[in-house]
Parts: sequence; structure tokens; C-alpha cells
Amino acid sequence: MAEHVAPAAGARSGIWSWITTTDHKRIGILYGVTAFVFFLIGGLEALLIRLQLASSQNDLVSAETFNQLFTMHGTTMVFLAVMPLSAAFFNYIVPLQIGARDVAFPRLNAFSYWVFLFGGLFLNASFIAGPILGADSLSVAPDAGWFGYANLTSRAYSPGFNVDFWVLGLQVLGIASLAAGFNFIVTIVNLRAPGMRLMRLPVFTWMTLVTQFLVVTAFPVITIGLVFLMFDRFFGTNFYQVSAGGDLLLWQHLFWLFGHPEVYILILPPMGIVSEVLPTFSRKPLFGYAVVVYSGLLIGVMGWGVWSHHMFSVGLGPIPDSVFAGTTMLIAIPTGVKIFNWLATMWGGQLRFTTAMLFALGFIAMFVIGGLSGVMHASPPADLQQTDTYFVVAHIHYVLFGGAIQGIFAGIYYWWPKMTGRLMNERLGKTHFWLGFVGMNLAFFPMHFIGLLGMPRRIYTYGPELGLDSLNLVSTIGALLIGVSILVFAANAWWSLRHGETAGNDPWGAPSLEWTISSPPPAYNFSVIPEVVSRLPRWSRTQMRAIPDVPPEPVHVPGGSFWPVIAALGIGVLATGALLHTLWVVLAGAAVLVVAIYAWAFEPFEV
Amino acid sequence: MRTLTALALGALMLGAVACGGPYPQSTLDPAADFGSHIDELFRWIFWFAVGVFVVVESLLLFVVVRYRARPGAPEPERVHGNTLLEIGWTLVPAVILILIAAPTMQTIFRTDGTPPEGALEVDVIGHQWWWEYNYPELGITTANELHVPQGRPVSLRLTSRDVIHSFWAPRLGGKRDVIAGRTNRISFTADSAGVFLGQCAEFCGESHAKMGLRVFVDDSVTFTQWVAGQRAAPPSADTLPDLARRGWEAFRLIRDPASNSCIACHTVQGVSGGVLGPNLTHMGSRSTVAAGALPNTAEGLARWLRDPPAEKPGSKMPRIGLTEDEIAALVAYLQLLR
Amino acid sequence: MTHAHVTSTGLDSRKLAFWTFIGSECLLFGSLISTYLVYKGRSVRGPTPHEILNIPVTSVSTFDLLMSSLAMVLALAAVARGDRVWARVWLAATAFLGLVFLGFQAYEFTSFVHEGLTITTNLFGSTFFTLTGFHGGHVAVGVVWLLTLLVRSFQGKLGPDKALNVEIAGLYWHFVDVVWIVIFTVVYLLQ
Repeated sequence: MAEHVAPAAGARSGIWSWITTTDHKRIGILYGVTAFVFFLIGGLEALLIRLQLASSQNDLVSAETFNQLFTMHGTTMVFLAVMPLSAAFFNYIVPLQIGARDVAFPRLNAFSYWVFLFGGLFLNASFIAGPILGADSLSVAPDAGWFGYANLTSRAYSPGFNVDFWVLGLQVLGIASLAAGFNFIVTIVNLRAPGMRLMRLPVFTWMTLVTQFLVVTAFPVITIGLVFLMFDRFFGTNFYQVSAGGDLLLWQHLFWLFGHPEVYILILPPMGIVSEVLPTFSRKPLFGYAVVVYSGLLIGVMGWGVWSHHMFSVGLGPIPDSVFAGTTMLIAIPTGVKIFNWLATMWGGQLRFTTAMLFALGFIAMFVIGGLSGVMHASPPADLQQTDTYFVVAHIHYVLFGGAIQGIFAGIYYWWPKMTGRLMNERLGKTHFWLGFVGMNLAFFPMHFIGLLGMPRRIYTYGPELGLDSLNLVSTIGALLIGVSILVFAANAWWSLRHGETAGNDPWGAPSLEWTISSPPPAYNFSVIPEVVSRLPRWSRTQMRAIPDVPPEPVHVPGGSFWPVIAALGIGVLATGALLHTLWVVLAGAAVLVVAIYAWAFEPFEV
Repeated sequence: MRTLTALALGALMLGAVACGGPYPQSTLDPAADFGSHIDELFRWIFWFAVGVFVVVESLLLFVVVRYRARPGAPEPERVHGNTLLEIGWTLVPAVILILIAAPTMQTIFRTDGTPPEGALEVDVIGHQWWWEYNYPELGITTANELHVPQGRPVSLRLTSRDVIHSFWAPRLGGKRDVIAGRTNRISFTADSAGVFLGQCAEFCGESHAKMGLRVFVDDSVTFTQWVAGQRAAPPSADTLPDLARRGWEAFRLIRDPASNSCIACHTVQGVSGGVLGPNLTHMGSRSTVAAGALPNTAEGLARWLRDPPAEKPGSKMPRIGLTEDEIAALVAYLQLLR
Repeated sequence: MTHAHVTSTGLDSRKLAFWTFIGSECLLFGSLISTYLVYKGRSVRGPTPHEILNIPVTSVSTFDLLMSSLAMVLALAAVARGDRVWARVWLAATAFLGLVFLGFQAYEFTSFVHEGLTITTNLFGSTFFTLTGFHGGHVAVGVVWLLTLLVRSFQGKLGPDKALNVEIAGLYWHFVDVVWIVIFTVVYLLQ
């Protein structure tokens, strides 16, 4: 099915071409669009949460609905928004940055996307699946929190389908992440253009590599935790059964052994993005490239040794608490190093405040706040007052919204011209940034006080006697402002696709390899595989050989395949069968999967 | 623009803080040694954080203002790094972290819950969604409202009958999780008398938000009186006034299904021995109903008895379908159980 | 599938991916084995490992699996040198020994069930059946994979140019074997 032609990127069109695509750029776009839709859903959930909490004793939503909303908000933002938004950039940008024509396993890449899509649809189907499943409410969405502590998740305390959706959906999503993890590790290690030594890799690619190592090591751990939970719920095993001698902390250890690396899975790619955007718009190379790379590696490695800091209140004892406090504080050092290196990058530069740059600056400004509150609850006694309160909610939102989401928006504004060939509107972009920046601080800064003044997280209502009505109202107003800023972004994207100025190869004067080719790049990316002679190919005095617009000889472009989507569908059917406790559906899903794998393996597909 | 925004934000938030209050669950206003130790440590860390915040954000603002691109300016020098500087900004945070870590370790050991000499031990048992308190030394069992003597060390032994909860009375000290199959400890000595609010801090299901608790720190006279009251036998049936006596009968009535009977779940000393719900022997002496969901007034009690799940979603106490007469009688009876 | 590409490391991409996959699998089995160890001796009722595990029988099945690894090595060597007959013999032998191991496991599981240990009986049952069941599942996948290679060989599509396919299957097989050695030591020998 390989075509030995050099078509223009848009030549292969139609819905079928998207379903069967194995082009990393198209898969990147699919990831981006899908994740953005999930981001909107997660955002709507957040707005409903904030509206409910706008005043004390509000009854906009019921306790049951509220518990579903915060569970799905957390689960969605972590697994269906931030991770796949980063994956959109892994897909689109990493091969371009390393001078490759695709990822190592294009079909596996498509498979990852489809499994992610079906996993996300499966989870969200729980909002309307009640009647079909014979439940007495429309929504049977997961309702035990995004870290689903045992034994609240056991059949005895969560008898409905809610937790079933969660335990199965997360396993499906895990498959998608793992498959992508193997793929990108091999791509980055093995598919670099000649001369692209490891220490010449752009920092974004480096952070992608570290992230994927975290994915392939962390996801098996939560998979096992989920398998135990699934067995407990479906087959009556005893893993999280106190009466059988089980220890409820087993889940917490397994979850956070995964969960803390997961935090770095969420934040390292945006850190990589910021490390690309700042040098470009400062017209200066990244200050201390090696240190930034090594600190990223170090954060990744140390991320494995800090998980129990999520458990300071469970009573592990003073010695483990001290050890984990120590390791957690240590991790602040490489993180701080990155911040200072970014500041030094800008020092003495010629700063241009494009929207992408504003978001990168916003990342630094806000991530510092999240980091500092992080150091506060790295101290176990302080954490005893802060954990499970709005103080921690403030912290995670400064890190994940102020940090990860702003970093991702920096990436969107930065690479949008590369992906679409058109520039975004800077005025709308800056409106988006400032509305979001003000909104975020209104929404999340008061949460520090709300927590310190005694409001636990995950409560659907609170009494007026706590005195927290006005702070909560401010926070809700901020959340609405964030919502408006996202609408401005959507308008900007729509506008740009229709009326945006043509971007050209490199609208920013950026240093790295992806800017040497046209926007959007042709299906084969590089007409000839570039020879890399320096870390900043476009800024270096040693010029690399120019890449011709037209390939001198026909380029071999892999064709499409529909087996990845079929295999992914098999997994979706399998999960549905497990949800329904219906053996034949499980077997049917497994059969589809097996057939697809065989067809895939023996399909004449050339890479 | 940025500065203005920041100022406006700050003003708005300070305004919001000023409008609210008093804050009965504030962690910043400790009333026991446990809370004070944490508060001191937190304030120490807080000022370092403020220092770092000011330095980093000022640097950022300086860079943004000073190095904005100017037309015709020469290309910036392509600096790739500076080892000395980088070592510097690795070491400075390390020193700050040591300054934070040392008192942290000290405070960990001071607040690890080891019971001090002569502490009053209380077994705290978490249930969905209420608290059971047993005082082995005093032979008292009560629920949701903990009474402790001012100035005497108290040691709570925490465990759960069902899911994970977390015992948190912020002004007295930090929270600790309440986990089935494990026993955790909180120890504190309260230094001022009063009522301290708290609530469950670990998400524990549908009515997590309504798992409140109150700690009454009593001076020694009040505490002695309270203990005496709790140890007294409830009034015997033949001394009850007419309405309350009908309440006593309604309380003892075996209903259909039997699980709808009051006595299936509740203990009143000498009357019944249910253990699934709170012990009601001295219900009348408490200030709230259903873990703080309602005030313990005739009206509050009646609302609760009429439809518990409406007041507390998912409540294990079902809607029994009591008649208004039965409710009035039960209210009269329960209020007499002082 | 062609492998005309020169990769940055010189390693074949599929092989590299497979090593990464094995690294990931280590964490999977690591979590299972850790859980088994954490829960060892915590069951509130029997049967206990001591009462029920049959070391002599499992030693035989362990030996059987070890021998299958040897057969796998020989199969790869035969494919690499283009010896079709012996390639088929050793591939079939590896798959057969894998099936024998699964037979032992089926026998062990059924006899445990008869002796009153199921996956729901106690913590030992839950951790034991989940751990060894996961491993057995891996062996089963391996057997199917080997049989697929055997069919390809009979179709004449497993020449020396396809030795890498066999090598990767071998990597998997040896990994599953090593995991069993760990399980055998941790579960059976170190009671």
C-alpha cells in the first residue's frame, strides 16, 4: 500500500483517509482536536462545580451529580486533555524536530490515537448510559474522585456502574499511552537525522523522551492497581478487602507510584515547549542547554522517589514522612534550576511579546506560585493542614493550569502556523491570554485562602458559618472568565483557518529544524533527509545544506491502514463487554482485536 | 498593565477575605499545641516562599521590561550558559530547602501523635457519614460532638468501620486519615475553652460534605459535669411525660421491615443495643443532629426524622414514613435524653 | 517489511521497541510480585501457601519452561542459518513445552480449587492466582506467537531474512521464562 509519490499534504482527503491515516501530522491534528473537545467538556464540568460552590448551601446540582462532576473533571483533564494535548505535539512536532519522515511505527501511532478516542468516549458515555444499563438515573459517571481511593471504590460502597466505567476506561487509556510511549522512545532514539546527536535534540524532544520513559514505567503500575480493583469488583477477590486482611494503603501506594510520575508526564512536555518558545522570542539560545536537559532527566528520575508525599496524612510514621519530605524538597532544586535558566535565556535578549511568548512568560510566573505552594506541603506537618483542602486544589491548578495548560497554549500559538500554514490573530491571542491570566488568578488564588481557612476539597456544599462565601464567589467569577478566554481562543482558531495570514516556512525566526520546511509540511516532511550540523540549525554560523522544495527523487510515503482503528475498536468492545458482564461481547471484542492484530502484522505495509 | 492587574487582583482578594469571617475552621488561628506547632512551621516556610516569589517574579518583570525588543537594536549576544551562575542558582535553593527541612523534621516528630503522659484516650471511629467516640477511661460512648478537657493532653485513636475518612478540626491541629484496618493517632492539648468546628477531609462518598464534627473544649468544671451527665442513666420510661412516653414507644416499635425500626440501629442505654447508627443515650445533650447537618432543635430533629436522605443525600438512615404524631413524640423523647 | 533504514543507534527499531516493552513489563510483574510479598502471611484464613503449594510438581514445570528457552535458542539458530527442518522442529518443541507448562498450571489451578483455594478464598488466593494467571496468560500469548511462526515456516515465509522476527519472539519467550524463575523463587521456594 505504499505510494512512491510525493503528494502535497492536502491531496489525500476525505473522511476515510483520516480514519486510515498513519501520517504523524494528521494523527497529531486528530489528537489535538479530540483532546480540545475533551478539554471543553472538562471545563464545563469545572464551571458547574464552581457555580455550585459560588455560595454556601447552593443547590444547583445534587451531591451525586457534584461527585460525578469533580471526578470526571479530574479524570478528563489529566487523561483526556493535558496528556493528549501534549501528545498532539509529540506527534506533529517531534518527527519534524529530529528530521524524520514519520514515527518509528506509524500504524501503532494511529492505534494509540484510536484507543485514546474510544477510551475517552467510553468514559464520557457514562454521563448518558444510565437508562441503557437499567440504572435509575441518566448519568452513571464515575464518582469516587480521580484517584479513586479504595475501599470507597469497592462494590460494597460503590455498587453502581460508575466506578466500572472508571476502572475500565483508565485501563483502555493506559493501553493508548503505553503504545505511544514505546513508539516515541524508539522514534527519538532511532530515527534522528544524521548529525542529530542526543545533545543536539531540541529541548521539547528531550522532554518528550523523558516523558515517554515515565509513561512506559508508570502506567504498568496503575494498570495492576486497576486490575486488582476490577477483580475485586467483578470476581470478588480480596485485594482491597479489609475484612480479608487487605490493606487499603496498597491502592494508594500503587496509585501514587504511578501518580507522581504522572505529574511529570503532565508538566515536562509544557516545560519543553517553554524551552523552545523563550529562545525564539528572545533571539537568544537557551541558557545552559545541558543543564536544562539534565534537570529534566533528574526530575523524571526523582519523580519515582516522592510518591508518599501524597500520603502524609495516612499515618506512615515519622521516619517515612521525613524521608519523603526530603526527596520531595530535593526535586524543587532541578525545577528551580529550569526557572533560572529560562530567566537567564531572556536576560540580554530582544524580547518579542507574541501571544506564544506571553503564554510562556505566564507559565513561568504561575508555575513559580505552584512550585512554592508545593514546597509548603512538601513539609508533612504543614501538609496535615493543607492536604485534601482547597489549598491543594489551588496548588494543582497553578501547576496544571498556570503551568501545563499555559505551556500548551504557548505551543499552540507557536506551532499553529507550522501545522496550518496560517498565523493566528495576535490581538485575539493577547485577549485570550490576558482574560485567561486574570481569570486564572481570580479562580485559583483565593483557593489558597479557602483551604487555609478550612474548606476541604470535594464537598458539594458548605455552611455560611465558614465565612467563605465571598472568596468562593470570586473564584467562580474567575472560572467564568477562563471560560470566556477559551471561547476567544476558539474564535481565533476559526478566524485563522479562514482568514489567517499565510505563515511561510518560518514566521518567527526560530532556530530548530521544523522551521526549515514548508507550513504545513508535505506528507514526506523533508524532501531530503537533512544533515544536522549544530544544535540550532537555523541560527548556527555553520549552515546546514538547504532542503529543496521539491524532492530530487520520489519519496516513499507509507499508505494508510484501517487495522489500527479496527484493533482499537476491538478493545473498546472488550471493555464494553466487561462493563456489561457479558461474556460473548468480551469474546467478540477479543476476536476483533486478534483478527486485526494478525491482519496488521501480515499487511504489506512499508515503513 | 501587569502591575495594575496584580494590584487589582490583590485588592479584590483582600476585600473578599475581609468581607468573610470569622473563620471557625481556620488553620491560621490555632487553639492547641498540635495546631500551633504546624502554624509556626508554616509561617516559617511561608516567608521563605514569599521571598523566593518576590525575587523570581521581580526578575521576570525586570527582564520583560528591560529587554523588550527595540527597533534597530543589535542582535543579542549568543550566550550559551555560565557554569558559575548555574552552580549558584542550584546552591541557593538547596540552602533554603535545608532551612525549611530542619524545622520540618523536628515538627514531624513533635506532631506524630505519640500520646503524652496522662493523656485522655478517645477511640474515634469513622462511619459513613458520622463519627463515633468512645472514652474507654470514662465508659462513655457518644457521636459527632467530642468533649475534651482544656489543658489536659488528649489522644485520639482513629479507625474506620467502612471507607476512609479523615479527622480534621483545623484550629486544634492537622488532619489524619481514618482508615479501616489501621489505627492512626492525633494528640493535642487544647489551650482555650470553646467549640471548635471540623469535618471529614477525605472524600468518603455521597454525603462527605455533611460529615461535620465539633470539638467542645471544656474547662474542668464543665467537663466534669458533662462526664457525669453522659454516665447518668437515661430517664426510665415511667418517669416520662405523656408525649415523650409515646416517643419511647415509637422508638421501641418493631417496624416493617425490621430495619426501619429505630432500635435496629441505635442504642439507648437500657432500651436498645443497635450499633449501626449513633448512640442516642444522651442525644438531647448534643447541639446538632446528623453530624452537623441540622441544629438539635425540635424543628431540626423533626426535619431529620421526616426525611433523612433529603437532609443528607445517601443517608444510611432511610425515610421511614413516620406520622407527624410519631415525629412529635420522638422529638419529645429524644430531647429528654440529656 | 523492509529494514532498509539505517537507524541512529544501528539497532533495529522493532527490537528496540521490544526492549522498551520488556522494561515496561518488568514494572507490571514487579507490581504483581510486590503485592504478593506485601500480602504474604496476611490472609485471615487458609489454605496457606505452605499447606497447598506442591514444590516437586512445580519444579518439573519450571524445568520444562527452562528447556523451552533452550529450544527457543536452537530454533532461532536454525532459522538464522536457513535450516527449515530444524527450525520447525525447535519452534514446535518450544511451543509444545510452553503448552506442557500451561497444562501443569491448569492441573495446579484445578487441584487448588478442589482443595478449597480459589481467587476469592483469601489474600493468598487472590494474589497467587492473579500473579501466576498473568504469567500464564503471557505464556499462552507466547505459544500462539510461536505457532504463528511455525505456520509461517510451513508457508515458506520464515527464511533467514526473517530471523529478526524469531529473535523478537525469543526475547519475549526468554523474558517470560525469567519472570517465572522469579515467581518460582518468590512464591514457591521462599515460603
